[in-house]
Amino acid sequence: MKTWLRAAVLVAPIVAFLVSGCSAFAQPDFPPLTGRVVDQAGILLDGTEINLARMLKRYEEKTTNQIVVVTVESLQGYAIEDFGLELGRHWGIGQAGRDNGVLLIVAPNERRMRIEVGYGLEGDLTDAEAAHIIRTVIRPSFVAEDFDRGVTAGVDAIIAAIGTALDVPRPLKAEEPSDLATHLVPALMLLFLYGSFGVIIYGSYKGHFKSVGRGPYSGYGGLAGIGGAGGGFSGGFSGGGFSGGGGSFGGGGASGGW
Amino acid sequence: MRAFIRLGALLLLPLWLSACGVNDIPTYDEQTTATWAQVENQYQRRADLIPNLVETVKGFAAQERETLTAVVDARSRVGQMQVPKDLLTNPEAFRQFQQNQDTLTQALSRLMVVVERYPQLRSSENFLTLQAQLEGTENRLAVARRDYIEAVRLFNTELRTFPGRIWHSLLYSDLEPKQTFSAADGASEVPRVKFQ
Repeated sequence: MKTWLRAAVLVAPIVAFLVSGCSAFAQPDFPPLTGRVVDQAGILLDGTEINLARMLKRYEEKTTNQIVVVTVESLQGYAIEDFGLELGRHWGIGQAGRDNGVLLIVAPNERRMRIEVGYGLEGDLTDAEAAHIIRTVIRPSFVAEDFDRGVTAGVDAIIAAIGTALDVPRPLKAEEPSDLATHLVPALMLLFLYGSFGVIIYGSYKGHFKSVGRGPYSGYGGLAGIGGAGGGFSGGFSGGGFSGGGGSFGGGGASGGW
Repeated sequence: MRAFIRLGALLLLPLWLSACGVNDIPTYDEQTTATWAQVENQYQRRADLIPNLVETVKGFAAQERETLTAVVDARSRVGQMQVPKDLLTNPEAFRQFQQNQDTLTQALSRLMVVVERYPQLRSSENFLTLQAQLEGTENRLAVARRDYIEAVRLFNTELRTFPGRIWHSLLYSDLEPKQTFSAADGASEVPRVKFQ
């Protein structure tokens, strides 16, 4: 009966997927997140980079706050505010749920810099404080072409501004139950739902189509449930090395030039 | 065998329904509400900064009465505005809201231009702090507006395209397309307050 109907049911999701085109935002080309210090513009000495990275790692281990220093060759025509926001969101600096990331961006060719502050730290490192750090701590060194000193002093000042506030890590929004539990419960619910659904449908169909015979197929509903829940597990793990914790930004912070 | 296939197809139906986005419309609706709350927050924050800013500027540049009055007037219009509940789906109310906020934006940027003439004011610590706060707020506002525009774009697109269109008429016919910021006259894009 109505092969076309079955075909339509099968094809419809594929068509829907193809029709709803992907909504890609125009985004600058971002440098890869290779560590806590990404010196794309090559203005920092190796020693500075290593020291900063070590210090920032220790700091994150103590407070979970993620601070990343990035120097870029070019802002690609974007305002540094837009570039910084998109980069912060793209990398996901800061922990998910806490949004406690800070990005210090330096664009030496445009002579612009910015301290981009994640949602969760906006109260500890206010716009006014960020502007003050840029104006009084970083800019004087940058004017003297001493990027190493400027960046190091800037990071020190950022840590001083937010550090004490978060020495004891704040608990996440709600203490999440373990990964297994979060995924197992919906999976079981689905299993149950599909199982009972299967029984109902099977039951109602049994009367109409004698060719099916008796009972064992209702179990397939449960199998479908497992398949559906499986998707939840993907993407939870990241490889070794440094990566953003999934924090987000809302445009807090300050910019400056030199 | 035929019945077996039929059974399989039926069992897959709920999966297919959710894959087809039966939940997309409410999800996007929630997103527009959340992003709009952020826009309102930032507008409020900006309005809260203004009395302090005006006082500080007055201290150094009291003769710029006209510019200062324009800011104060625009701010009080924003403050007195009756914001209806259906703001986001009511084109007239939304236009009015946007117009009032834009007037304030323009008055503020004129004030910031005028301020350039007062070096003493520009180097006062109090003003520098206010300036950083205002810059930060305008920047957050730009971000919040962009996030809202994107959320509305997703929501409205979902209402008007397949398969959201079908869910809309079947299940969510009470939800209307939302208003968004227009860039028609160029005034709606918040000009960045730049000092350096």
